[in-house]
Amino acid sequence: MKRQIPLMFVFVLGFLMIIQFFIPHEKSEDLASFLLDWIVIIGIFALALGLWSLVRVSWDKVKHRKPNWQYSVITLVGLFIMIFFGFDYFRNFFSAEGLDNYMYVSFYTSIVIPVQATMFSLLAFFIASAAYRAFRARTVLATLLLLSALIIMLRFNPYLGPIGPFCERTSVWLLNVPNLAAKRAIIIGVGLGMVATAFKVILGIERAYLGKD
Amino acid sequence: MNIFDRMMTLDRRWVFLFLALVCVITYVWEFKIDISTSKEVENIYNFIENLEEGDYIFLSVDYDPNALAELHPMTYAIAEQAFRKKLKIVFMTNSNLGPGMVNQALRDIEDSLKLDREYNGVYYEGRDIVNGIDYAFLGYKPYPALVIQSLGLDFRVNFPTDYYNVPLDSLPILKDVKNFDQIECVINMAAGNVAEMWITYGQGRYHVPLALGITGVMGADFYPYLGSGQIFGLMAGLLGAAQYEKLADNYGRARDGMRIQLFAHIVIILFILMANVGFFLSKRQARK
Amino acid sequence: MKNKVFLILCALLVGAFMSVSGQDEGTGPPGSPSPPAPASDVTAHVEIEGNQRVALVHWRLPDENGVSEYVIMRALTPEGPFEERGRVTAGVDRFRDILEMPTDSAIVADTMNTVDVVAPAPPTGVVVADRGNDHGHAINVSWDLSADDGTGMDNVIIYGIYRARGEPDIFLLQGEAFKGDSTYADIGSKEEHLKNYMPDHVDYYYKVRAKTNQYQPGQRDYFYKVRAVAADTTLFSDSETSIMDGTVFSDSEIAGPVQSYGQWFNTDRLSVLFLVAGFLIVTIFFIQKAKGGADLFVRRLAGIEAVDEAIGRATEMGKPILYVLGLGTAADIATIASYTILGRVAKKIAEYQTGLIVPCYDPIVMTVAQETVKTAYMDAGRPDAYHQDIVYFVTNQQFAYVAAVNGVMMRERPATNLYMGKFYAESLILAETGVVAGSIQISGTDEISQIPFFVVACDYTLIGEELYAASAYLGREPLLLGSLKAQDYAKAGVIILTVAGFLAMIFGWEGFRDFFHVTN
Repeated sequence: MKRQIPLMFVFVLGFLMIIQFFIPHEKSEDLASFLLDWIVIIGIFALALGLWSLVRVSWDKVKHRKPNWQYSVITLVGLFIMIFFGFDYFRNFFSAEGLDNYMYVSFYTSIVIPVQATMFSLLAFFIASAAYRAFRARTVLATLLLLSALIIMLRFNPYLGPIGPFCERTSVWLLNVPNLAAKRAIIIGVGLGMVATAFKVILGIERAYLGKD
Repeated sequence: MNIFDRMMTLDRRWVFLFLALVCVITYVWEFKIDISTSKEVENIYNFIENLEEGDYIFLSVDYDPNALAELHPMTYAIAEQAFRKKLKIVFMTNSNLGPGMVNQALRDIEDSLKLDREYNGVYYEGRDIVNGIDYAFLGYKPYPALVIQSLGLDFRVNFPTDYYNVPLDSLPILKDVKNFDQIECVINMAAGNVAEMWITYGQGRYHVPLALGITGVMGADFYPYLGSGQIFGLMAGLLGAAQYEKLADNYGRARDGMRIQLFAHIVIILFILMANVGFFLSKRQARK
Repeated sequence: MKNKVFLILCALLVGAFMSVSGQDEGTGPPGSPSPPAPASDVTAHVEIEGNQRVALVHWRLPDENGVSEYVIMRALTPEGPFEERGRVTAGVDRFRDILEMPTDSAIVADTMNTVDVVAPAPPTGVVVADRGNDHGHAINVSWDLSADDGTGMDNVIIYGIYRARGEPDIFLLQGEAFKGDSTYADIGSKEEHLKNYMPDHVDYYYKVRAKTNQYQPGQRDYFYKVRAVAADTTLFSDSETSIMDGTVFSDSEIAGPVQSYGQWFNTDRLSVLFLVAGFLIVTIFFIQKAKGGADLFVRRLAGIEAVDEAIGRATEMGKPILYVLGLGTAADIATIASYTILGRVAKKIAEYQTGLIVPCYDPIVMTVAQETVKTAYMDAGRPDAYHQDIVYFVTNQQFAYVAAVNGVMMRERPATNLYMGKFYAESLILAETGVVAGSIQISGTDEISQIPFFVVACDYTLIGEELYAASAYLGREPLLLGSLKAQDYAKAGVIILTVAGFLAMIFGWEGFRDFFHVTN
């Protein structure tokens, strides 16, 4: 029974939403709006569970002085500081004033934004090292890959002189023909895979997410 | 280990060091570079340019601070162009750090709009923009696919109030606006899969004209959608932002960033060439 | 479990409290008078009556609680000053304002020499019908172009589409179509409080007006607004200002009545229904075939075959295995496929008594992953080895999550990293850090833009649909294999349809393309 009820929900609601796609009537739209609202509500409850998990795991590491427990202290302190200022010193729980709180905005602009931008900028260095490691002309196909990458990287370089227009035209062709063909093929395969997996979930064939019988 | 082997197996930290040096030098040493524009970016610029005063556009700012460098200049350039033309803008975000991005952009653009400026030979008088009259900011709600679907039905389903807690029905700008039917186009600036959701649920379901501003690494993925007509324009990465700035005659951080990106690419190419030269020469030596 | 229930109850209480406290307590003290609701949709257009020009002003009546009369006011600019032109009692929604001719004799003399203004020929053949395949509240209007549109006098500048509700009496402008256009979609709203409210199952009448804008003697722009005045004449509210339409025009015959209504099936999506139904039938066919014992061939997936070897390596080294479910939500198909792989990997790990670390990005994904791993440990007969901290939530910020996972990699030095699910820009950061940590890396994602990064940095990569196929490949269950086969045949079907479409376009059979073209 523990598994039958969720499976029945998945089956009924899954087919309902498939059918809803084909019914433009107002009543069908109202049903879709109603169900969309519920998904948002469920997501918010799940966030509470996630926060509890994070706090519990971090506290456990601090309490038992597991290796590198100091990072968990920083995690917890950061979490509670942002909650404290986000709720406007615990004065406003039910409105958005906390988001304008000076300390909250300062932490956001001075810490969150630069740190996130820094992490993203690591990508530039990792791309350089990955390209250095991967673009070797070992085989014919690897050589083609190498040449394509060079042409596209040089595409909008204004200092190339006469080969500049060639690079631009070739890179446009590379992006619009072989790249497009390969991507469309993968997209079609992925699309069919998604439909098949969705059918498996709706029909109850794929049940890993439910846990034990 | 001979020199050719060293060329092939250089410690990645040397690569990081040279790249960092080049980025710092080109950042400090300011010089202008020439940028040529592409059709997919021109389509977006021309679309906005051909709209009339009072027309509505929808800007979905779906990125975090990590994608700031590439996508913020696009947001600035498009929003300022639209405000100068006295279009009405509805902002929204599907990223939970997006409100910060939108607020920052609005503050900076508000200051810029106060000044009299000339763009592409057209003189624009300075003006103030007012929330609720010239623009509205709906705010953030989770689960983008659901939000986009409900926007197509009615903005008020997921956003009964705007980001500042004002009921949407009280905003003069949204009095006659219910859903995408009243919007001329949607421009989505995204760093993740939200762009695909806009294509599937926004354009696919409601057929609202859609243009994308995305990070450079995502660019190659979205050319199929340009080819099929599902999007009418595409700005990919810092290059796309720089091209838009050039078209709008409103140069900003994108052009400066392109200078750094250009030389960073050259460094990467040099390292790749060095590795391949080392590879071929060490093979030849091994044969000998 | 108890903690989860307690937390859900707390969240319910908080949510209930917030919803109650957010309710509107009501506005303003009781008993204070308020101005009446303003008139809306004010329109004014000029008509010639005998030898005089008359502006006909119409407006939509508001809720007339407290309205005693309407004052019609006119100005030469939108900002005013407005002068009163007349008054009508409550319940009346129109007014005739006689427009003065110029008194300047020079202008009068000049106008006597002008060519008479000639209205264009009216549009004909107006056809109105409900707009199909929608939720209602929309009518399609089409007409034959005026004889003076592009031919004849060629003086049509625009068509105005006017609609009356209930009776063909007061026609209000709904929209305009440029010269040369002969169709218009009148799309309204189902919300009563909105200006473009257009209820279903109500009679509508339409007429199409061909307009021209030639000079007319004494013509000037007037701006009108209507003031709703209460019995207490100090209270009033003004409508929006409306410019007078001074164009010369001719109207078509009135078409109607027509009613709008919603459809119960969108015929534009018929092709999608056929394809979905066909795919479902093929899936069921192959599932039945697999259940019947047929041997369905699935090609080798190197990445999945390497999982066993990778787990063995981790056991020998005494290091844990890191499993990353990606940045998708529980609704993403890639994440659902990843659960199945996680279940099987966790079972093997439990059997080999190796460590497992599963940091999660989404709280719902974390909840499901916990159940999956717990089930796997129980199936392996090692329920004692499972603890809740194996699967934990980190953060739902992309790069904060990446920083946390990188930290785990550098501290714990897992022997094997498995990346299965949806990844974005952080894919290369994860993979490169794994290379530095010296781990074997197996990845699988359906994010096409990230596949090249995984291919470069990981030892094995499942590309696109191979991730979805992995669950069938691992378990070899008939149901899963059958659906995988159906997928392959569906792909073959898509190739055949593509070639057929290509040939159809060459031979000019556009019906084939149109059938698959979903416009709505």
